[in-house]
Amino acid sequence: MTQRNAASTPEADGVRARRVRDALTAAFEPARLEILDESSRHAHHVAMTRGPEAGATETHFRVYLVSRLFEGVNRVNRSRMVHDALGYEFGSGLHALALTLRTPEEESALA
Amino acid sequence: MSETIKQQIQNEIDTNPVVLFMKGDADFPQCGFSARVVQILEHVGVPFKSVNVLADASIRQGIKDFSNWPTIPQLYVKGEFVGGCDIVTEMYQAGELQALLKEKNIALTAAS
Repeated sequence: MTQRNAASTPEADGVRARRVRDALTAAFEPARLEILDESSRHAHHVAMTRGPEAGATETHFRVYLVSRLFEGVNRVNRSRMVHDALGYEFGSGLHALALTLRTPEEESALA
Repeated sequence: MSETIKQQIQNEIDTNPVVLFMKGDADFPQCGFSARVVQILEHVGVPFKSVNVLADASIRQGIKDFSNWPTIPQLYVKGEFVGGCDIVTEMYQAGELQALLKEKNIALTAAS
């Protein structure tokens, strides 16, 4: 099962992507961190074509994050930790954040 | 979030064993993430109540505050927050969603 397709999608490098990377790096000391900007795949959505946010960019991200801090933490709370670290982004136009959050042990078990 | 909205959400999750707060309805989801969760629930064969947050702006914001969760869809089982699209997908793939429904004594209608 493919969790992501990093080979064909470049690492995001927009203004928000860089803020997200800095915030997650500071908060989670990641063993691995990948941030993909999938906004263009959602650009046709109603909210993206009409209204106050029409034409907004950097609205949909996918994050793959491996950190020791997730050890002993359930799925919901892992996501909440990430949401908390990125609170500002949700308040400023980030719509969707697809998260794959693993501990180093879970990550190596997949290899 | 007003007390009325909070009561309304609490009532939905108290009176329906499985509730999906989503964009659009189960027959016509308005968002890919919502659509995926509908697909999973239908594949598992669990009856669920869907609440279209696009139909009510106060519910749309209210459910985010209620769950302390910034995105939609959101799945509740027996009054408990399960997660959004990523978590439901991961749980389904690991067989954990089916196990949770069984543990909560929720009858499935179709073979999965």
